[in-house]
Amino acid sequence: MTPNLVYVVVIGVLFAAGVSMVLERSLTRVLMGMILLGNGVNLLILLGGKAGTPPIVGAGPEPEMADPLPQIMILTAIVITLGMTAFLLALAYRSWAMSGHDEVQDDVEDQRIMQLAERDEGSGTDDRDHHEAVR
Amino acid sequence: MNFLVPLPVVMPLFGAALTLMMAGRPRAQRTVSLTVLTATLLVSCALLYFSTTDAPLVVAVGGWSAPLGIVLIADQLAALMLVVSSAVTLCVLVYSIGQGMADGHEETPLSVYHPTYLVLTAGVTNAYLAGDLFNLYVGFEILLVASYVLLTIGGTENRIRAGSTYVVVSLLSSVIFLTAIGLIYGATGTLNLAQLVERLDALPDGLRLILQGMLLLAFGIKAAVFPLSSWLPDSYPTAPAPVTAVFAGLLTKVGVYAIIRTETLLFPGGRAAAVLLVLGLLTMVVGILGAVAQSDIKRLLSFTLVSHIGYLLFGVGLTTQLGLSSAIFYVVHHITIQTTLFLAAGLIEKRGGSTALDKLGGLARLSPVLAVLFLVPALNLAGIPPFSGFIGKLGLVQAGVADGGVLAWLLVGGGILTSLLTLYAVARVWNLAFWRTPPASVPAASRSLLPPLMVAPTMALVVFGVALTVVAGPLFEVGDQAASSLMERAYYVRAVFGGGAP
Repeated sequence: MTPNLVYVVVIGVLFAAGVSMVLERSLTRVLMGMILLGNGVNLLILLGGKAGTPPIVGAGPEPEMADPLPQIMILTAIVITLGMTAFLLALAYRSWAMSGHDEVQDDVEDQRIMQLAERDEGSGTDDRDHHEAVR
Repeated sequence: MNFLVPLPVVMPLFGAALTLMMAGRPRAQRTVSLTVLTATLLVSCALLYFSTTDAPLVVAVGGWSAPLGIVLIADQLAALMLVVSSAVTLCVLVYSIGQGMADGHEETPLSVYHPTYLVLTAGVTNAYLAGDLFNLYVGFEILLVASYVLLTIGGTENRIRAGSTYVVVSLLSSVIFLTAIGLIYGATGTLNLAQLVERLDALPDGLRLILQGMLLLAFGIKAAVFPLSSWLPDSYPTAPAPVTAVFAGLLTKVGVYAIIRTETLLFPGGRAAAVLLVLGLLTMVVGILGAVAQSDIKRLLSFTLVSHIGYLLFGVGLTTQLGLSSAIFYVVHHITIQTTLFLAAGLIEKRGGSTALDKLGGLARLSPVLAVLFLVPALNLAGIPPFSGFIGKLGLVQAGVADGGVLAWLLVGGGILTSLLTLYAVARVWNLAFWRTPPASVPAASRSLLPPLMVAPTMALVVFGVALTVVAGPLFEVGDQAASSLMERAYYVRAVFGGGAP
């Protein structure tokens, strides 16, 4: 398909909106960002193929046929996005059920090691008494 | 012998369906999974034999010939990866069965575990065999979806937290990969790897570099290359031990495999070589410094996993045959050893009740078998002669010295430093967990607390890791052969199209 300004702008907007949503902490918003990104990619793939008449042999002159491959790839990608959406929704729901919110938390162990580093202490020293005192 | 090629993908998928129907009948599930994975291992060995002694085996799926149809290709590299991966998956399956029996199925709810595990295997093998970029993407998705389920199995709060990060990061890398696929199709009108060889060469240099960069970005996230690696140590350690082990062994290596494949076949000439070398150096050094700071064995091992991905990039970035064959040898070594270490960490957790270093101690006296099972792969990872880690690192250092550039020398230095720091990190684990007086939290029962079904596969992998030294000569030869056919791109194209590309 010849590059079409409307398509290009729409893809750009979908990507930009998707990226800004993915940067949020809440899983539900991240999910929406992923859906937007997925649709942006699908449109992008569509741009890669030739537009034209339905690609069925005998239905029209062959040189005018659309390229069916991008459409097949988009179908596959849509199915995968659907499955991922369902999984992320389940994850967000489970997170909400366990902790009352669906925000992605910082890693606990990471924070502990950061604190140790700030106090300028190593982790897991040989000296047990010293270590007990630290904890 | 071409009918063998789709089997490593088809059999696990079929097994997954069977085990799903057998939900609630653990004994039948176990039999099916074990049979399927054993058969996969045997088929992979056959594929390796035929692809090294003769031409690569190619199958056009559904009889639709390339480039319109999808092809599956088992060349030396793919077959070698298949053999190691299926050996590792089989051992880990036995281990998880042992753990499931010992824990009374708490850690691994078997009705979901077996089908998902087999789907994961199918995804990995599909990614290796794919002769088509979109099929590679599908392989990645299959293995990722299965890994999401395995990582969040049980749905505890900790796993949900870690799983969210992992799922979102993986999804993002998939989106980038798919975007790259869309752009490549738009630019060339094909996704068949063999056909892309010629058509990508015809593109303007700038456009090629963008496409190469996007693929590298997508694969870099999956392979946990610094600075795209921070998701890994946060998410892997929360999963059950066998799951972490199989993830550590296989998932990042599939990313590395994709990098090797695309860098040699689609984008030769080393335009990204300098970037790969710098990233390799940073991955090695930053990763191992992270490992030194950790106080939990599983997290420490996750950081060494990230760190040693740097060695693989080193080999690929040199773009010489010796570099590439050393990298291939190193992949084989690293898959085996990293999996073994995570299995040993699972045994430590079983015996000592924890993997936190400040809660462990005296395990060498309490369980000498466990001490051997940890020490041998740990020294192997650090690259102590005569183990395979030493041979792999030696090959890389030789390749780096032969290259002679400033960056190559920097990487040689960084590689040796990383190797020493790895030794320091694993020696710290050894000192703290195995040598000092056991604290009260470690159960001191005299009889062995380790289920034999968990010890046996770990031992098998330890032996396999040591055996890599024994067969290092022939293995390096296979790697060398694989590297030379990778460098000669026409070999791959000939295998798919016979004559020239249409």
